[in-house]
Amino acid sequence: MNLHEYQAKALFAEFGIPVPEGRVAATPAEAMAVAEALGGELWVVKAQVHAGGRGKAGGVRLARTVEEVGEHAQGLLGTRLVTHQSGPEGLPIDTVYVEEGSAIERELYLSLLVDRDSERVVIMASAAGGMDIEAVAADTPEQILTAALHPAAGLADFQARRIGFGLGLNSDQQRQLGAILTKLVKLFYECDASLVEINPLIVNGAGNVIALDAKINVEDNALFRQASLDALRDEAQEDDKEREARAHDLNYVSLDGNIACMVNGAGLAMATMDLIKLHGGEPANFLDVGGGATAERVTEAFKIILANDNVEAILVNIFGGIVRCDLIAEGIIAAVRDVGVEIPVVVRLEGTNVEKGRQLLAESDFAILAAEDLTDAAVKVIAQARDKDAVV
Amino acid sequence: MSILVGSETKVVCQGLTGRQGSFHTEQSLDYGTQVVSGVTPGRGGTEHLGLPVYDTVRDAVRETQATVSMIYVPAPFAADAILEAADAGVELVVCITEGVPVLDMVRVKAVLAGQNCQLIGPNCPGIISPGTCKIGIMPGFIHMPGSVGIISRSGTLTYEAVFQTTNEGLGQTTCIGIGGDPIRGMSFIDCLELFEADPDTRGVILVGEIGGSDEEAAAEYISSEVNKPVVAYIAGVTAPAGKRMGHAGAIISGGKGTAAEKFAALERAGVTTVRSPAELGGAMAKALG
Repeated sequence: MNLHEYQAKALFAEFGIPVPEGRVAATPAEAMAVAEALGGELWVVKAQVHAGGRGKAGGVRLARTVEEVGEHAQGLLGTRLVTHQSGPEGLPIDTVYVEEGSAIERELYLSLLVDRDSERVVIMASAAGGMDIEAVAADTPEQILTAALHPAAGLADFQARRIGFGLGLNSDQQRQLGAILTKLVKLFYECDASLVEINPLIVNGAGNVIALDAKINVEDNALFRQASLDALRDEAQEDDKEREARAHDLNYVSLDGNIACMVNGAGLAMATMDLIKLHGGEPANFLDVGGGATAERVTEAFKIILANDNVEAILVNIFGGIVRCDLIAEGIIAAVRDVGVEIPVVVRLEGTNVEKGRQLLAESDFAILAAEDLTDAAVKVIAQARDKDAVV
Repeated sequence: MSILVGSETKVVCQGLTGRQGSFHTEQSLDYGTQVVSGVTPGRGGTEHLGLPVYDTVRDAVRETQATVSMIYVPAPFAADAILEAADAGVELVVCITEGVPVLDMVRVKAVLAGQNCQLIGPNCPGIISPGTCKIGIMPGFIHMPGSVGIISRSGTLTYEAVFQTTNEGLGQTTCIGIGGDPIRGMSFIDCLELFEADPDTRGVILVGEIGGSDEEAAAEYISSEVNKPVVAYIAGVTAPAGKRMGHAGAIISGGKGTAAEKFAALERAGVTTVRSPAELGGAMAKALG
């Protein structure tokens, strides 16, 4: 789960990590009031969306007067920001963060993440701050400093020193960085973060080290013990269908194609999308209904699939396992009836009582086609989607 | 023959009295697995499914000589359950539980590093040696004793590979679902090493997916250490970058962990790859002649 910059900076402040003064605003008047209260001669108005690349996309604007703060807020609020991470439709700007301007001497990069290879929390730092860190890592990996934290030892002083020297900081700045790292590690563990990123971490005109940006991802699996962070979730930043799916314990990801899939198990769900593509079709979504594939879940899954107007045919792929195929078939038929599915549904079932299940599907009054196997299912559903194109 | 578990294996179930633990333990018992005891703190001294229940894994191991633990406790308590099993001297821990916080697993792996205890999972279907021992949630009836070893990061996709190798008449020695989480117990390499050394395993099917670099590491290992034929499939060719595809570990991040990279690495290592999961069984039959 992502946090907004303003939420992440509030957490930083709570943990004692230095950030510029600022406050969130939902209207131009509020933005101007924040600027008045902050005082000074330079402000930054920053669109609050869950995507990186805001600066390049025009979502971060400098203002030299309070009126200009209001104008920028007016220009941003209520619009959608399209960045290289937001998708073509962009994300809604419902709030802006108004912050005091900072004099930037140096821009550094700092992040903490869970590294799969070392199975540790790892600190990454670079003197090449303010840039796309993935490009830095790919082109000039020697510019990235890393330190893996042993769960028992935590952050060792020598690791903080090594990063400080590596970034070319003077002794006072190294001391500041050490304090920031200690607090960031504490925040990372206490908030069950999967990523904390500061890009850029700056050295300001007074020689102080400050977090100019803040990005925090909280790990979804740990939200059960992070109620106060879970409450910060901004549903407006999420895909409607993905949000609806999550409410019903389904895993859904939107794609651009016209053939919807409903599958039990995440691996098989990905494989089903790949199979559609392999045979010349375009998948409309990833959807895992879970191991059980109960009638209730299948019903909700159909509703979510049909909310996508691009969908022209549906492939249901269930490897029954312990649940009997005739029960699954009954569930699918009931769901097709109750939801009022009017487009072709191809069903591939495998497992116990598969013959009885296929027979039930074949005898139903709905446009349900039973497939023989995986390949047959993909070929049939693509043909159905094409037929529909031909009619139109 | 088989690897890791077989007809002699004695199993304790942590979370036996819960809904999941009860249901799947019953299935394991029906399959013929020697489940010998259960652990539910506070229920020690009672019986469930005809099995003695203990308060601690230590008690269960001492009284029933279990060497393998299967875990069905809810996610908030799973890390502690794994640590308890390892502390009690269990040789193999199979953690079925889905949704374990990743930082819990970071801690668990650091502790296990110093111990003689193997972990499978979490977030996995478990392990089965067909005909003798089923530890997990997989449907037993699709399996058949035979000659193929199967290693997979996905549950239902494992069943596809099993089903096809059964239909081909090849059967399986042992099938291991290593789990869909980013930080987990046994890796592809750990399992490949055991299958390579197992005289009854003639070939290995490897089912990977996007995210991480376990498949690339496996490819490197195969090229130097594995002489048996390996057939591989990677799920997620069409998965968009940056999106978690159901499994916590199935995500392409920073342009790394794509299916294309994994396919390429495996092909360089001489592995037979298939682009459709429907071709796994046929490809293995062909590889084994």
